[in-house]
Amino acid sequence: MRPRLRRHVLPGFGLSLGFTLSYVCLLILIPLTGVVLRARSITWPEFVASVTSERALAAFGLSLGAAVVAAVVNGVFGLLVAWVLVRYRFPGRRLIDACVDLPFALPTSVAGIALTTVYSPAGWLGQQLAPLGIQVAFTRLGVIVALTFIGLPFVVRAVQPVLEDLDREIEDAAASLGATRWQTFRHVLLPSILPALLTGVTLAFARALGEYGSVVFISGNLPFRTEVITLLIVARLEQFDYAGATAMASMMLGVSFLILLTINLLQAWSRRRGALA
Amino acid sequence: MSIEVVGLTKRFGTFVAITDVSLRVETGELVALLGPSGSGKTTLLRVIAGLEIPDAGSILFDGQNSTDRRIADRRVGFVFQHYALFRHMSVFENIAFGLRVRPRDRRPTRADIEQRVHRLLDLVQLEAMADRFPSQLSGGQRQRVALARALAVEPQVLLLDEPFGALDAKVRKELRRWLRRLHDDLHVTSIFVTHDQEEALEAADRVVVMNQGRVEQVGTPSEVYARPATPFVYDFLGDVNLFRGRIERGKAYIGPLEFDAPGHADREARIATLYIRPHQLEIDRVGNGEQQFRARVARVNPAGPFVKVDLVAEWGDPVRVELSQERYLALALEAGTEVFVRPKDMSIFIA
Repeated sequence: MRPRLRRHVLPGFGLSLGFTLSYVCLLILIPLTGVVLRARSITWPEFVASVTSERALAAFGLSLGAAVVAAVVNGVFGLLVAWVLVRYRFPGRRLIDACVDLPFALPTSVAGIALTTVYSPAGWLGQQLAPLGIQVAFTRLGVIVALTFIGLPFVVRAVQPVLEDLDREIEDAAASLGATRWQTFRHVLLPSILPALLTGVTLAFARALGEYGSVVFISGNLPFRTEVITLLIVARLEQFDYAGATAMASMMLGVSFLILLTINLLQAWSRRRGALA
Repeated sequence: MSIEVVGLTKRFGTFVAITDVSLRVETGELVALLGPSGSGKTTLLRVIAGLEIPDAGSILFDGQNSTDRRIADRRVGFVFQHYALFRHMSVFENIAFGLRVRPRDRRPTRADIEQRVHRLLDLVQLEAMADRFPSQLSGGQRQRVALARALAVEPQVLLLDEPFGALDAKVRKELRRWLRRLHDDLHVTSIFVTHDQEEALEAADRVVVMNQGRVEQVGTPSEVYARPATPFVYDFLGDVNLFRGRIERGKAYIGPLEFDAPGHADREARIATLYIRPHQLEIDRVGNGEQQFRARVARVNPAGPFVKVDLVAEWGDPVRVELSQERYLALALEAGTEVFVRPKDMSIFIA
């Protein structure tokens, strides 16, 4: 007897899965394996030395730290921007909506140059901030500013559709039950937006971790102070230290993968709670 | 708590949703706001709840002006048309929400909350569903959760916006009877919005018929059904046949027919519309010459408790008549049969 097949409206599970696997392999896994294999051409002690050198650790730390800060800042303000764009109707809304995507479209090096010009001590904003003792360009703050700039669209675009789907009656219901505005946000709205917000923040974080173009200008690339790991890798490459570069690259790969995996699991967990809900 | 609405007006931009509406709801009453979509009934309910701010007029709860009080301070329970349940919370958490968000000094203890929620679950017959999430419930169950959630805060007034609008016909009927029984037990002053005249006439103590942002008539179900104040109410509450005619000195005329119209004895000749419900028309196979008009049967639908007969009157207008099954069998009607029709009763509105 023929086993009963489950019929789907759209056929082709086998074919599409096969295609997906080959596509991911070709595009992502094979090049990344190349990085790891390349790193294996050096010995283990060399690898450890290269990865744990003081300069590399400082760069790692800055990359991770700045990416986290930028992602969190984007999480808060990106949500706010998305909220305003979805909830309010005001002249110029479409224009601002379109502007949100600019960090996507702009070549990152152009963004870097623009930011540096504006925030350098002689620049537009730098001038205003200098008397307050705040220097942005060529400091760690500058790195964070650049990473925040490029990460904003991820959060806004991830949260926007979910906010648009939110039923206004839900807020009315919470208010009619006596909830304050903060309680309504904290207990009713936030749980519904959280999965999307987490996705956005994760994407912004991942993007910030690997960012090169915009940081290279504004950071000033001072070793131990404002040098991020992507810059250090390029610096190594320029010195023809391929082994060192790939060692750091594979380290970076491992750490990024672990972080993204953790966030994904966290998200799956929060979504499971949300999906039941 | 009694509710009084005085001269309420609400605009959205240039659209006037309700105009100068006044209304009084007594303590413990169950009142239906009935009207077609766009008649302003939901807006009126939302203004009473405090979800909308009126442009003019005032709302009094127990004689106290509450127009400027926030919804949270009005002690109003609101049941939304699409339930507006919190999707990420279980049934239990949904119902407990209103108690848990209270300021610490007025918040019941955990055990107290648990007890009260279980009592409400029992009331809405959902004891077994406490740990389910809204997406795992049927429409009727969600509606009952929404009601329990609104009742949890012990409201003085219960407002329901099209509470059964999204349910199928059978569940609607069950739920509205259940709501009526529940109201008889709890006696919370309640207002519900509906566009279904049957629902309003069956469940409510009094019916407020609304049209284009105004109140057309307020009365008990039998009053508004038997003595509609305006043509609109007549038309909206059930099927009706409209006859163009005229009245003159206590007589009404449709085509060649002449009827007594005692309410209009002193009138000069005027064009009038005569409203006759399908069950107020009587069919005979043979004419007796008195106050009858001729008609031809176009279609007969015997399904249901009454037989619905569509006729074409001798002057060409369609007429609908409702007969008992016995009468239908006695007459042996079928399409094409020539009959005589006699109006037993009618309402006359001057054009």
